[in-house]
Amino acid sequence: MGAEEFGYNIKEQTFNEMEDDDFNHFSDSELVYHVRDALNSVSSGDCDSYNQLVGVMHHSKGLAPDEVALLVTSLKALSGAVSYIDISLHEALLSSIFDMNMWNYGPDVMDALLGLIISLASSNGKYVESCLEMLVSSFTPPFSFIDMLKQPRGIAKKDQVLSRVHLALKHIADLVPLAPSKLCPIISRKMPIYEKEPMVVVYAENMLKLESGAIGEFVSSTMLMALMDTLIDLDVDIGWDGILHDDSSKGIFQMEIEDMDDFADYDEEDGTEFPRELSRKSLGGNSTAEKLDSLMVLTFEHLKSCEVSGRLTEVFEPLLASFRITVLTAYKSKFAQFVMFYACALDPENCGVRFAVLLADIFACEDYPLSFRMSAVAYLASYLSRGNFLSAPLVASILKRLVDWCFEYCNRKGGEMNPTSHRLFYSGCQAIMYVLCFRMKSMIDVAWFKPHLLLIEQILKHKLSPLKVCLPSVVEEFCRQAEAAQLFTSSEEFNFNDLLESEHSRAFGGMERLDMFFPFDPCLLKKSDRFIRPHFVYWSMVRPPYDDDECISDEDVVEEELDLDVSKMSITPRNPLSYWISNGLEEPRGMPARIRPSTSPESF
Amino acid sequence: MEGLKVSDANLVVYVHPSKSNKVPQAVLRELSSLLFRFNESFDGVVLAYDVQIQDKIAKILPGFHPYFGVKLKAKLLLFAPKPNMLLEGKVVKLTERSIHVIVLGFSSAIITGEDIREDFNHKIKHGDELFASRSQKRHVIKVGTMIRFLVKSFDEERLHISGSLLPANTGSIRWLARHSEDFSVSDRSTRKRSESEGELVGGETYSLNNDHQIKKSKKHRIRE
Repeated sequence: MGAEEFGYNIKEQTFNEMEDDDFNHFSDSELVYHVRDALNSVSSGDCDSYNQLVGVMHHSKGLAPDEVALLVTSLKALSGAVSYIDISLHEALLSSIFDMNMWNYGPDVMDALLGLIISLASSNGKYVESCLEMLVSSFTPPFSFIDMLKQPRGIAKKDQVLSRVHLALKHIADLVPLAPSKLCPIISRKMPIYEKEPMVVVYAENMLKLESGAIGEFVSSTMLMALMDTLIDLDVDIGWDGILHDDSSKGIFQMEIEDMDDFADYDEEDGTEFPRELSRKSLGGNSTAEKLDSLMVLTFEHLKSCEVSGRLTEVFEPLLASFRITVLTAYKSKFAQFVMFYACALDPENCGVRFAVLLADIFACEDYPLSFRMSAVAYLASYLSRGNFLSAPLVASILKRLVDWCFEYCNRKGGEMNPTSHRLFYSGCQAIMYVLCFRMKSMIDVAWFKPHLLLIEQILKHKLSPLKVCLPSVVEEFCRQAEAAQLFTSSEEFNFNDLLESEHSRAFGGMERLDMFFPFDPCLLKKSDRFIRPHFVYWSMVRPPYDDDECISDEDVVEEELDLDVSKMSITPRNPLSYWISNGLEEPRGMPARIRPSTSPESF
Repeated sequence: MEGLKVSDANLVVYVHPSKSNKVPQAVLRELSSLLFRFNESFDGVVLAYDVQIQDKIAKILPGFHPYFGVKLKAKLLLFAPKPNMLLEGKVVKLTERSIHVIVLGFSSAIITGEDIREDFNHKIKHGDELFASRSQKRHVIKVGTMIRFLVKSFDEERLHISGSLLPANTGSIRWLARHSEDFSVSDRSTRKRSESEGELVGGETYSLNNDHQIKKSKKHRIRE
């Protein structure tokens, strides 16, 4: 043991006052006795040896080998005498111990320090929280280390520190079973959300390490929810308001409502924009967006690893709860929801279905406030449209619920057109139309869904006039497709020509403009995009029914024509799933309601 | 084991009006918030509850938020260790100067060196630390052993117990159970105690006559 080797130094430097000359060599237990005496002597007013001990704890940087030895020995001796430490009498000692930063020391000191921390935590309930706080503080390196984190030396140091810290947390949880319940609030509280990106990322890495680690059983859901909270916090920091007024020509994220083939005119003619443009200035150097992007990537990677280890369904439940509590209720969350999207993409049969059903449930459940129900159906529409991993029967079954709900609403409520008092109904109708814009062909191919498709006509022709109220761009595209697919018996009512948005759509969308909320429009975050892209349906991949007979527009470059030809060949008309181009990696041509990252290498 | 009791409680849970359509759920949630916390009015830590709503009618509190009071009868399982009670727990860590124990899977307890009777000797066998009795060779405490110990104090806020292995009727439960007869006899003979009658109650459980034992054993202790 180190203690014996260094005993002589101790004698010379620290405990010489306590010692008689006949001791040349100390055993571990003798050292403990000396420390114990030093601690006990404080109550009698003799603080000399105690003060020396406190002084040793303050040695931090650039320690000479003998100083390291002294520190290690003192820490070890202290762990043996923890029961003599008094929380008020030895405050100075305790605070100097809890102020020690793991990153400043070598492995020997780290081990001794953690040994002491574990002993302290298990010796008396009073120390548990301070010990946990000290360990959580070690999640992130001191500022001077930030640049080193990417170098091999820094990575090695990080592993050294963090593996020990997590081991110590596990030990404490073994000895004090209620410790994890105290750990969770500490971790949420100490999240360095306003620190620089590397700090936040390292901290989040630690949270995820805890989630999948030995005490994950106790802290998993809290960690995931805390992480989602962080994502949402960062998300709302990148406000919509600051990004609305920039000129679209300068926009780094430019959203196009019009695809070249489908809606040729609006942008150019009236300059109408969706309120969803992030300017180059506001996002290009936006550290919050970069932070969020890195955290999202971290989360995606974690979800992927959970999927590999078969834990995804287990992890998904807290995510879903977190989505319901924070994401759904946040005002038009922009990015955080893609965590759900990715989780669903990894396991469409379980997670994907769970998510869709939850959203449909919230929409239908009267216990939720109106705006949440409208948000939920906006999420649902966007999710069903954009996920290329969702099977046609699933989409059809969820659509059936929406159709049935709207149909019943017509029968139950009736009345005249009134955008504000029937907001929920209009948002339901818009959701149905939006999904069908993306999935018309596959829905027609689902045989049992046909009667429900026909119900839509009755809903849309009802006196509530959803076609006049819903977003005109969606209505027009829907009508065009419905006509081509011969969905409706008479078509004169659907000759609807209007602007991108109308007075009525504004009215039903309310202050929050939920009429224009398409949460799963293409992800704008550069690094996260590569995770989402393979599972994503871009508008360019959608082949609306009216496209069947038409040639591909002349404006398309040859390459894109090739892509489409390939896609035509790969699609067998009988297969309800088939109108996606299954390889999502190919270049999209454009899409409605689209925002796109122009800095991304894959952008158009 | 002592320290556990069942209490019948008459409770009124005030339910927020937003939960008026799921009262049972709200009541259970409220009761769950009591779990694993020391509660002064029950004088113990609530470990489990069995609840029955008494009436379909609840009194509405006048005020800005019209909470309504749901009357309940609940059976509560409480954990209320008091000094000198005997508790049982599993040893999770053992060092030369301490034994760390977990009671009922949630409360941690420590027995420090001074509270381990001299009879127990710290040893390292095959790399594992253990305490072995000097007088009873088979009486061994190591990590994983279920032990019975005496409560010295209980930190109600943090549910942390400070315990003692000084009385002779403490130690490995398994050994105590096996040697309950011999133990009580030998204990009496070695300590020449005449008043230890009634110490054994029901074979394995010991009575509360612990104050006495502490005093006794303290005399036996040799301390620096």
